[in-house]
Order: sequence, then structure tokens, then C-alpha cells
Amino acid sequence: MSKEKFDYFIKGEKDKYEVVIGLEVHAQVLSKSKLFSGSSTKFGADPNNQVSLIDSAFPGMLPVINEECVKQAVRTGLGLNAKINNYSVFDRKNYFYADLPQGYQISQYKNPIVGEGKVLLDMPYGSKVIGIERLHLEQDAGKSIHDMDPSNTYVDLNRSGIALMEIVSKPDLRSPDEVNAYIKKLRSIMRYLGTCDGNMQEGSLRADVNVSVRKEGDKNFGTRCEIKNVNSIKFMQMAIEYEAARQVELIENGKEIDQETRLFDTKKNETRSMRSKEDAHDYRYFPDPDLLPLKLEQQLIDDLKKSLPELPDKKKERFIKEYGLNAYEANVLVSEKDISDYYEEVAKLSDKKLAATWMMGDLFAMLNDRGLDISKSPISTKHFAELVQSIKSGEISGRIAKEVFEIMVESGDNPKKIIESKGMKQQSDPKELEKIINEILSKNKDKVDQYKAGKEKLFGFFVGQVMKLSGGKANPQLTNEILKKLLKG
Amino acid sequence: MSDIINQSLNQIIKRVKTKEISSTDLTKAYIKNIEGAKKLNTFVTTTFDQALDKAKQFDNKPNFDQLLPGIPLAVKDLFCTENVKTTAGSNILNNFVPSYESTVTKNLWDNGSFLLGKLNCDEFAMGSSNETSYFGNVINPVGDQLVPGGSSGGSSSALAADLTPATIGTDTGGSIRQPASFTGTVGLKPTYGLCSRWGIVAFASSLDQAGPMTKDITDCAIMLEAMSGFDEKDSTSINKKKENYSKNLKDNIKGLKIGIPKEYRVDNMPKEIDELWEKGKKILKDLGAELIDISLPHTKYALPTYYIVAPAEASSNLARYDGVRYGYRSKQGKDLIEMYEKTRSEGFGDEVKRRILIGTYVLSSGYYDAYYLKAQKVRQLIKKDFDDSFKKIDGILTPSTPSSAFKIGEKTNDPVSMYLNDIFTVPVNLAGLPALSMPAGADKQGYPLGLQLIGKALDEQKILNIGYAFEKNCGFKNEIKKWWS
Amino acid sequence: MSLDKEKIKHVAKLARISVNDAKVDSLTKDLNSIFKFIEQLNELDTNKVEPLTSILNQSLRSRKDEINDGKIREKVLKNSPKDSDEFFVVPKVVE
Repeated sequence: MSKEKFDYFIKGEKDKYEVVIGLEVHAQVLSKSKLFSGSSTKFGADPNNQVSLIDSAFPGMLPVINEECVKQAVRTGLGLNAKINNYSVFDRKNYFYADLPQGYQISQYKNPIVGEGKVLLDMPYGSKVIGIERLHLEQDAGKSIHDMDPSNTYVDLNRSGIALMEIVSKPDLRSPDEVNAYIKKLRSIMRYLGTCDGNMQEGSLRADVNVSVRKEGDKNFGTRCEIKNVNSIKFMQMAIEYEAARQVELIENGKEIDQETRLFDTKKNETRSMRSKEDAHDYRYFPDPDLLPLKLEQQLIDDLKKSLPELPDKKKERFIKEYGLNAYEANVLVSEKDISDYYEEVAKLSDKKLAATWMMGDLFAMLNDRGLDISKSPISTKHFAELVQSIKSGEISGRIAKEVFEIMVESGDNPKKIIESKGMKQQSDPKELEKIINEILSKNKDKVDQYKAGKEKLFGFFVGQVMKLSGGKANPQLTNEILKKLLKG
Repeated sequence: MSDIINQSLNQIIKRVKTKEISSTDLTKAYIKNIEGAKKLNTFVTTTFDQALDKAKQFDNKPNFDQLLPGIPLAVKDLFCTENVKTTAGSNILNNFVPSYESTVTKNLWDNGSFLLGKLNCDEFAMGSSNETSYFGNVINPVGDQLVPGGSSGGSSSALAADLTPATIGTDTGGSIRQPASFTGTVGLKPTYGLCSRWGIVAFASSLDQAGPMTKDITDCAIMLEAMSGFDEKDSTSINKKKENYSKNLKDNIKGLKIGIPKEYRVDNMPKEIDELWEKGKKILKDLGAELIDISLPHTKYALPTYYIVAPAEASSNLARYDGVRYGYRSKQGKDLIEMYEKTRSEGFGDEVKRRILIGTYVLSSGYYDAYYLKAQKVRQLIKKDFDDSFKKIDGILTPSTPSSAFKIGEKTNDPVSMYLNDIFTVPVNLAGLPALSMPAGADKQGYPLGLQLIGKALDEQKILNIGYAFEKNCGFKNEIKKWWS
Repeated sequence: MSLDKEKIKHVAKLARISVNDAKVDSLTKDLNSIFKFIEQLNELDTNKVEPLTSILNQSLRSRKDEINDGKIREKVLKNSPKDSDEFFVVPKVVE
């Protein structure tokens, strides 16, 4: 595979600009109850039905931390190859908003639970390491609903107090493609770990995107703008493209870039300044006096480390070594835990390489068409492995296999049954095949003469006729061999 | 009847147990007293009907094994009480009815007592004279022009006027001990973490502690025993076995080492306070305690430190009073931000606003290091002063306040002079230690004065014992004439 | 350092408390006298002192991940100033 060269620059009138991107990803922690209260975190409940007196900040209510959320943060930190801090502190981030009942968000500022780590991306131009600055735990806010009433805002606090992990990357990303790969990789790691479901539609994964530009070759960073709360990869990419172009235009017109918070308008496809937030920007962080510093025993960290599942990078190496896959195949098959699990079950029962090819081809295409996750695949791993083995053993041809596959999807039947009941078994008896071929050759004497005279293209015609006469069941390899032999004779 | 309710809680409990008086009659006697004492302005809310029901229930099925059998109690209106209005002395909570009961009051009720009413206090417990309450100032039964101290001024006044047999307050910088001193009663601020903060309207989370206010030390031990205890709903609650403070009360203090900190002899301190302190030292020495001169060098920085830390925490704790989910909402707000600003401006009183602004400022960008961080460093030094001293002593004796009760309105125009009232009480909150104020004498006007005993963390029993021995030998009797009825 | 009126207005804005001009005058006087008092702390050299994070010398206690709260919408909304059976209602946010 020839490696492409990295090439994402914004071309201005005068210069070429490099785009520098850092992400603050907010990932909802998978836990039954909230970070500091016993209310449920389940998505989609009736408004304000998953709200305790703590989540709605009644007088005298106090936070008590959920141990599982702490463990989830540590697991995620370990999955990002990051330093776990034995000592961390919860701070209050103070600001007023209708969906922030306490008037502050409990977060971690100076002493986060997880320090520096790294994430490996596989890009077409080679692999690239993205640095992780930190990961900290914090509370989510509630939801303000502005479109129910012309003069009022409605507030639902179901989300208020749910645990989030804020994962801050270093400014190591350089293109929308890298952002795409980074988010997918992060999501994959967290899904492997079971620490975040990564469901962007439900808001379990969102990001603030920091964008700046600089002339190609420049060592210093430009002034950055932060685009708040973008909730899909596509929007992140669009926002980056718009924002980078906007900044380049400012620079080339000799104007200054204001360091500011911006909003991505998905309807107009543009970013714009959120000036109203500016004066409230002084968050007055200080350690939350209702909580004590969080001290983690090394033993707990070690135990969590031991219990981690195999993560995508490791799994990829193993797939290459153990199953003889190439890097591309391995990459695709480890991208989601469910996919890799499916593959491994199939590979256990069938030809490993052929299983990979068929999964990445017909199976993925079918799932994609139907908008299904692999966990909802209408074809079980056992049936899929049987299909692969039928191809491998020569029982059916690839072409027939495609037909069998379609029927499997519709009926849920096992391939053996389908092949038998429809008589789709491949004709691999040389005597039977010779009979068919002789019949064809005798019917087409003129073509046989032309072939012998050097018009070798006609070989394909004969193969086609054999297939036609055998109802597609003739073993193609055997057909070739016998045809060649008889045409010579 | 009134001769019974003049007595201390432990005497009253005895009479209930011997069936000399029923819980119902006891409750009726207090209701009568309370109705005759409206001038003192001690109650924000009364719960007489509810109290009489509970008393009747007790009398029908008495359980005399409880710590507080059939005892009606009024509590500071900073404790959230289920289905009973809880105001924190503020307009912003004027209509707030909690659906929950604070852990500390629940502990009291679980020990056999019940609620008589909610007592006036400085707004959000910010004040030293009970003049910042939205519900008006409280008057000290000691004299009709005198403040009862603050912020638990309704509590101290009601106790001293026999409107409740004992009570509870909260102490962030002296709010139990200073009013106790001003009314000739006993007040104890426990070790930080001994009493749960769950369900108490927060002022400054790292300093707030609930504690008993009583007529004598025995009562104080009973009340502390009843109200304290580990609470898993409070992350700062200390997980330890419950102690029997009242059963273990001993008056033998022979050989105990009592520290006398030289820094508590401040400039311009009235001679009477100094004399009182000398008297206290002599009593303890005569009882066989050893007096040891100690130094707590950072004492003078305690109050400035407090006036950074407490407002900083308060500015954040009080952000939840925004008119959105409960409490007062201004009708003037056209949009959300204006609604916030009007609600908070109309809902909070001047002192609370002042402290929110101080707190907001000391945490704001560019000032955090100079103020908040600096204060937390000095707080460390203040704590270390105590830690070092307590290696060689069992307790510390100091005056409770630099003066006796002052006149209503005397200090309201000068915040700093008001703040200076807490000069002896604040260091203890910063260090998280237990301290009690006990009546020790009176000044020449006849106004009571208190002495303060400071203990090691979780050493409440020891300071109660010292106080108990002191009380028996002090010879001071707090006489209050019922001029108001 | 002294607090001027502009600074006080800014801080009041941060704290979401509206103050009129007369109020700003009295606040300026009060706050400056308080800060003069507070600034005694500048006498102390605290360069080598660690700030106190908690008065209790123990680690944060945690709870099990169990759902044992919520589903009390009526209680949660009971005290809310504007009536709705489902939501808290506030004047519209003007961005």
C-alpha cells in the first residue's frame, strides 16, 4: 500500500496555512446513578422525573460521590495510557444559568483524576500520536427548552448531575479527517472499556473544538477560538473548515483574531461569537468545601488495570499475527468491540482470512443498508461461519454464496439448509462437468475452431455457457481446468 | 408550672420521667411563655398544634428510655424541617417549605423530642447581633435594648427566656458561642464533622457546625449526644462510634493541662474581661489543673482569614437562591438575567449582599491568589498553631467575646467593628476544633460574660468535663427578670 | 488596593445582584474598610506554606452505584415560583 502524504492546508491569497485543533470531549460516564446523587441516568425519562433534591440544589443538600464513576474515569485513563493521579480535588466552577441549579458545576480544575496520556491514530499517511492533556470528572447540566413558549424557557433537570468525563487533547490535530479519526478512536476505546456508550444522538459524546491557524512552517500557535458544544463529527468537521477559513481571511486582511467562544450554527453552517457569555467568563474556581480530596489507593488502580479488556491497538496487533490479516483489515475489524467479537467468533469456526473478506464485504454492506449495528445482525456468527466454510470447501461458489447470503438475511435459516433445499450445491464432480462441457463444445464447433486458431478470448464464452447450463453451480476452478484440457485435445 | 420550666433540661427530663409533669403540660407551659414573649421576637414560626399532638402521642405511649423523652424543642430557623417553613432569616426563603428534615433535627426527634417552633437568626447566619434577619432583630432578655448576639440570637434569647428547655444553633465563626456568652448560657461548637450538615442551610461549608445551646453543661452533654453522629449523606461527616457524653460527664480535672494563649489578651479589652479570665484560671487551678502559657502566634490573622474564606464559600453556596426552583422571585425580571439580578437584590439583605460581593471578589480572576489562596495558607498556619500547642495541653481557656452584649443599633453602621466581636471564636472554626462557651460572671452593668474552652479535635468529652467542674465551682448564677411579660 | 465603583459594579454583575448608584456608594465605603482590615494578611510571608484544602484529614468517602433517589417530581417542583407540572419555568434567556 503506498502511503499518501498529509495534505490539509488552507490556501489564502498569499500563504498556505496549517490548522491546529485541540478537542475537549465531554463523554457521559456509563453508570446507573448520577455522580453525586442516587437518581437514575437513564435516557429519555419524563421531564424532571430523574431529579433528586441534590440535583435540584435544595438548601442543605450535599454531594456524595459515586464510586463507580471514579472507577470509570480511572479505567478510561488507563485506556488512554495516561497517568492516574492518586490525589485529585473537586472544584466548583461558578456561573449562573437556568439549567445549573447549584449556581456552580462540580468539576476538577487544578488536580484532575487523570493526567497526560496518548491516543494512536491510523491515518492514510501513517500512524499519528495525539497527546492527551488530562481527563477530569464533572457534573452535567440540565436542559433548557426555549421553543415551547414564546416568553418562557422550560427547564428539565434529568441530566443535571450526570457524570461526565472531560477529555482534553493537546493541540495535536491538524485536519477534519484527524478529528474524525480521533473521535472515533476515543469512542472505540471507551466502548471497549464500557465507560461511555458514545451515543452522539443522545448527547453522550460532545466536544468543544479549539481552532487556530498558522502559516505553514511557523513554530508558534495562532490565537485560538473555542467552538462550544458540537454534537456530531460532521458538524465538528464543518465548523473547523468554516472557522479555519474565517481566521485565514482575517489574517490575510491584516486583522486580529479575538480569542473568544463561538457557537456553530448548524442551519447556516457558520460559527459566530457568543458575546453574551463573555462577561460571565470568570468562573471563580475553588475547591468544593462539601467534598474532600479524592485519594486513590494504588491497589485499586492496579486491580482496575488488571481487569481491563484487550483494547483496539493491542487487538489489532494480535489479529495481524494470529489471523494473518493485513493492517487495513485488522484496523476495520477492531474498530468496534462488537465487530471484533463477531469476527473472532466467526474466525474460530471458519477460514480466518476468508471470514474477514466476507464480513468487510457483504455483511457490512448489508448492515449499512439496513442501518443496523452488528449486534443486531440478522445472521448469527455460527451461520456466517458455515457460509464461509461452504465457500472455502468449494461446496458453493462465491456467486452462489451471495445468493445464499441474501436468503439467510431474509429467512434467518442456516446456509446448509438453504443450499440443500434449493439445490445450490456446486457441481464439483469432474465426470459430470466433462459431460456438460463436451455437450457445449460439440454444439459450438465453429467457436472451438476459432479458439484453436488463436482467438483465446472465446474461453470466457465457454465458461459462461457451462455456468448457464449448470445453473451457476459448476465449480469455476474445475471448469477452467477441464475446459482447458478438452480444448487442447 | 413555671417553676419547672425555669429549670435546666436535665431537671425537666427527671420530672417527666417521674411523671411529675406530662409532656402535654410541659408543652402547654412553653406555649404560654412563648405567647407572652412576643416582644423578644425570637420565633419566626411556631408549630404549637403539631407539638401538642406529639406531646399527646408521647403521653399515651411514653418511652422514658429516650435521651429527650417528650421534650418540646425550638430550633434555629436554619435547620430544614419537613413541611415546616424554613427561612434562614431571609426574604429569599420567606415562603420555602422543605419536604425533608435535617439530619441533626431528625436525630433530636428520634431521641424523643419534637418541634415547638423555628427561631429567628441573622440572615443566612451572617451576623453577630441578630440584626440582619428579615424578620426583625431579636431582643436579649438580659435587657430590652440589648442584642442577643448572633447569628443564633433567637436561640440564645429563647433559651435564656425559658421559651425552650434547650436549643440548637449553628456556628460558623462564633454564632453559638457569642450569643451564649451574651445571654449567660452554655453553647458548644463541636469538632467539624461531628454533627451532620445535611439539611442545614449552608453559609460556609468548611466552617459550619451545628451545636447545642443549653442552660448548663449537663444539658449540653445530653443535647450533643442526641444530635451528633455519623451521616453517610454528608461527605465531611466523621465516621466514629457514638459517645455517651452525659453518662461520662466527670468533674475531676486534676492534672489536666490548660493552655493560656497570650495572644488572646488584645488591645483595648475591657478590664472586666481580663478579670473574668483570671477568675477562670484560678478556679481551674484550684481544681487541680495545671496552667501552661502557650502561644498561638497567628491568632490576629484569624479574623481577616475568616472574612475571606467564609464569604468566598458563601458567595458560591448562596448562588442557588436564584428564584428558579424555590423561594422568592422578583416580578420585575423581563429576561432570565434581569430576573436573577432583581430576585437576588430584593431577596437578600445588605449584610448578605456585602458578603456575597466580598466572596465573589476574592475568588475572581486576578485576585484569587492574593486573597483566597493566601487565606487558605494562613488557615494552615492557624491550624498548625493549635496542633503544636495541643501536643502538650488538654484544653485552652480564653474569654468567649471581647465585650458583653451591646446595644441594638450600636454597631450596625460599622461592619468591621461588628466583625471584631468574633475575634476569640473564629480561630476555632478555622481549625475545625470543638469549643464551648460557659457563663462565668457578669460585668458591672450585670450583663453576663462567658469563658471559652477549646479542645482537641473530637475531644468534646474533655472540655465538657472541664466545663462541668468549672460550673460547679464558679458560683455565678444567671438571673434574668421577666420584664417582657 | 482599593475597590472603585466600577469594580464593585462588575463584581455585582458576576454575583447577579443588581445594585443602584446609591447602593454602590455605601458598598464602596464598607467594602474598602473591610478590605483594609483583610489586607493585614499581607504582613505574613506565606511563600512556603501549603494552602489548606480540607480541615479533615481523611479521604473522600464514596457511595455504591445504586438508583435510590429521583422520581419525586412533585416534591421537586412543589416550591417552584411558576406553575408547571413538568418543568421549572423561567423568563426567556436573551442571548
